[in-house]
Amino acid sequence: MSALAYGVAAWLFLVGLYGIVTSRNLVHLVVCLTVVQASTYVLLLAIGYRSGAAAPIFADISPNRRVVDPIVATLTLTDVVVEATVAALLLSLAVQAHKRFGTLDPNEIGALRG
Amino acid sequence: MSPRARMVVFGCGAAGFAALLAWGLAGLPSFGHFDGAYGQLLAHITVPERKATSVIAVTTFDFRGFDTLGEEFILFTAAVGVLVLLRLQRGEEQVPADPQTPREPVAESLSLRSVATALVGPVLVLGIYVVAHGALTPGGGFQGGVVLMSSFLLVYLAGSHLRLGGSRPITAMEVAEATGAAGFVLIGLGGLVLAGTFMENFIPAGTRGSLLSGGDVPLFNIAVGLEVMGALLVVLGELLDQRLLTRKESD
Repeated sequence: MSALAYGVAAWLFLVGLYGIVTSRNLVHLVVCLTVVQASTYVLLLAIGYRSGAAAPIFADISPNRRVVDPIVATLTLTDVVVEATVAALLLSLAVQAHKRFGTLDPNEIGALRG
Repeated sequence: MSPRARMVVFGCGAAGFAALLAWGLAGLPSFGHFDGAYGQLLAHITVPERKATSVIAVTTFDFRGFDTLGEEFILFTAAVGVLVLLRLQRGEEQVPADPQTPREPVAESLSLRSVATALVGPVLVLGIYVVAHGALTPGGGFQGGVVLMSSFLLVYLAGSHLRLGGSRPITAMEVAEATGAAGFVLIGLGGLVLAGTFMENFIPAGTRGSLLSGGDVPLFNIAVGLEVMGALLVVLGELLDQRLLTRKESD
């Protein structure tokens, strides 16, 4: 059980990378990249987890309650924002590539160039 | 490169990477036994010092506020980047408002329109709630900003696709984004003027559990909520506008 969260992070990273390598569509490729980035959320939150601990929100728990690490949660929030911006920029590049080349297939774009 | 050769290269690379990853992960603290002193310190001084109950919000906007300032401007810059990338390019022109061209949505769904219309109000209120309670419960400016954005997206879904092209209040979105970004810096400067340090908390912490607890954290949440909502609406608006652009054949 203890290694499962780290395993999920590694699996998400590799499966996303596989999707990027085999992608036939630039929009699909951007989605695969977000899968890769999702592995970093799992990894960060898994590192900060402490067994039996609550979320670090003291609205309805005792101040002495054991809580998980709040720093990694904050870093995950930053991570999500960065992911959203990267996806937005890449999708606009995909729109422009489609206008320029008339296709979203990365292989065909390469063929047109070469 | 043929797909087969590409898979072989990827397979070798991925196997090597997986081995390194496994090695690296094995060196991490075992799951559930993380013992970072800094995080536990923050978790236990937040309520006594700042009176706000969400440690994550206080860490984001107060203890690590300077990072969040940078994060906010990443979002701002990305929205500007999308505008630059997608603005009218040379050789492109707006589809003329010709009634002959088929500009009506392919399918008009009454159920989509009624559900979207019914949800606009509740989602808007939920977004404001999530932003306003950022210092108390899970949520805050980033999350609430996304919820607020989706309430405006529901207006788009409820309306006819292309009628929005003329009335889309892009200026209002840009103003919301810029107000949020500038507001964040101004609250930080308020700390410099009134408390001597940039981003220092200069507002009384209030009482635990009240809506205005946490000093300037609720203000930061509102600024970020506006910024996130504006930036995402600008990006979505630009992407949706691309439907109306064509490229001249001669180019």
